Amino acid sequence: MIYNMEYESMEKQDLEQLQIERLQATLHRVYRNVSFYKALYDKEGIQIDSIKSLDDLKKLPFTTKNDLRQSYPYEAFAVPLRDIVRIHSTSGTTGKPIVVGYTKNDLKTWSSLVARILSAAGVTSHDFVQIAFDYSLSTGGFGFHYGAEKIGASVIPYSGDDVMKQIQVMKDYRTTTLVSPPGYALHVASLMEEMGRDTQELNLSTGLFGSEPWSENLRKEIESRLKIETFDNYGLTEIIGPGVAFECEQHSGLHVNEDHFILEIINPETLEEVPSGEQGELVFTTLTKEGFPLIRYRTGDISSIVEGDCACGRTTARISRISGRTDDMIIVDGRNIFPSNIEEILFEIEGIEPHFQIVLSREEGVDVIELKVEVTPNFLPFDEIRKVQVFQEKIAQLLTSQLGIHAKITLAEPKSLKRSTGEKIKRVQDNRK
Amino acid sequence: MIRIRNLEAGYEKLKVLKGISLHVNHGEIVTIIGANGAGKSTLLNTIASLITPSSGEILLQGKDVTLAPPDRIVKEGCVLVPEGRQLFPTMTVKENLILGAYTLFGHKKSNDANMNLEQIYKMFPILNDRQSQLAGTLSGGEQQMVAIGRGLMSNPVLIMMDEPSMGLAPLIVKDIFKVVETLRNQGKTVLIVEQNAKAVLEIADRGYVMETGNLVLEGSAEELLDNNDVRRAYLGKDYKEFTDMGGGE
Repeated sequence: MIYNMEYESMEKQDLEQLQIERLQATLHRVYRNVSFYKALYDKEGIQIDSIKSLDDLKKLPFTTKNDLRQSYPYEAFAVPLRDIVRIHSTSGTTGKPIVVGYTKNDLKTWSSLVARILSAAGVTSHDFVQIAFDYSLSTGGFGFHYGAEKIGASVIPYSGDDVMKQIQVMKDYRTTTLVSPPGYALHVASLMEEMGRDTQELNLSTGLFGSEPWSENLRKEIESRLKIETFDNYGLTEIIGPGVAFECEQHSGLHVNEDHFILEIINPETLEEVPSGEQGELVFTTLTKEGFPLIRYRTGDISSIVEGDCACGRTTARISRISGRTDDMIIVDGRNIFPSNIEEILFEIEGIEPHFQIVLSREEGVDVIELKVEVTPNFLPFDEIRKVQVFQEKIAQLLTSQLGIHAKITLAEPKSLKRSTGEKIKRVQDNRK
Repeated sequence: MIRIRNLEAGYEKLKVLKGISLHVNHGEIVTIIGANGAGKSTLLNTIASLITPSSGEILLQGKDVTLAPPDRIVKEGCVLVPEGRQLFPTMTVKENLILGAYTLFGHKKSNDANMNLEQIYKMFPILNDRQSQLAGTLSGGEQQMVAIGRGLMSNPVLIMMDEPSMGLAPLIVKDIFKVVETLRNQGKTVLIVEQNAKAVLEIADRGYVMETGNLVLEGSAEELLDNNDVRRAYLGKDYKEFTDMGGGE
């Protein structure tokens, strides 16, 4: 179902008009209220009034994570602090966290955007939505909570590490919709299988997964093991949280909420716009945020435009599912490799759950890649050195033939690598620096 | 209905509109709120072509009318109900109303004008009673009705109103805004400039906030009512408590 027919299926020219109006208003607000942007535009000699079209947006400098870190905690807010009614922040795994403030209107906007995600996945007021994201400074839990309430679903706010208890709640409370990181869903399936229980004991029909990239293979695995239909969604705390883009029933890319965010895709090296359809870094400009507006924010997430019209009736632009992060990008022998590429390959090999870690180091000036792969509990050849070697060679060969990299393969005990239960997996460990 | 891009206009060397982009969809009531001197009236006067823009674009029902003369704007279906009514006080109510139909005369459409007159009397029965009274002798509210009626005489699709509540008692303001809602229910589109932000946001669908020649906010009326900047700056003393509570910035 389309939650907001008027805005999700606008004519191209109407959308463009709305975007330019909201862009100009946002620029005036950030210039007047955010010292960071005022200083930046003054320094670059940019006249806000010279931004007359969406194309003119290219005249403005990008905003980076680093810019926002320097505004820690509240310097980049565009309203007085008394107007802020909620604070969220990024995890800060790669540096100082970025603190995001929401006004009352921002929270309303946010919940209506999350309502779009849920509606597109067919979730209605008849559903029981179990939210297994952490209710914390990160945006996943609260974002989905208020969005699900907005469409009138029965919300079961249950986060925490005790997956066994969650499975019990899921069963007893007849949860129909699971909202969590993708790895969590897999964890649920594994645990139930370990206990010899059928996942069909659950009433689950729909899964909405996000907060970390997940491959098509992982999707197929979750869908077949839990017997559910899954929907991807995309968002990041700096922009608003979940609600930036989402999958509809066509599962052919994620619709961007273009009435609230202007999308650009750039080459992270040259910073030029990539040709339509090519992979690049997502850049967003917020159009309606009051508390924490951002102009041309570099997300670090890699995706591409999906061309053509979607059969669902929405007219908004679609992006392909996130294939990686610019900072996860490993450059080896001049090749750009994303952990997601490796995930796809590992999945093709039977016997391996897609849990892995890439460790990069440098020996005598040469880059060395080590791939730690976790095996399933029923992985038998552990006792036979020869068989293990064959297995490792098989992975190494596939990595060479498909990605052109030469990696050392290490097998890890089941459950020895860090699981994701709300937190993002740190898949790449770079010891080269 | 109307789509404006980067409109700039002013008076001689004084630039008042510094690049306005806005749109009004068919059947909407859209309001522009803002302080005195923000450029709200200048915007309506520029759309009505009483002021020639120095740059930008105005599309009315898809037609470029940026540099069209005022009478053509009216013929294209857009009228202005000006600030302070601007009636002819020594002419009768009926004469004032008929003046609004000048685009219909000379085109053998005077019958239409008579029909419109009947419609307006139906909408404002009091004007029917007072049709031969001099406009200058009417109360403020009645004068505003004449001004609106005069605008409706040319069968507009888009009615622009400049401060219709100005100088009127609160009860009369309510009546006038009820009329605006009626117009929307009849399929008309309304662009309304107001300093009485609270009253107008109660009937509007969407709105823009104008500050010193720029639009700084666009949103649904509900969103604007919930915006703290709007509440502090434009919603007046009803919200005094709220602003007092917040303490100093």
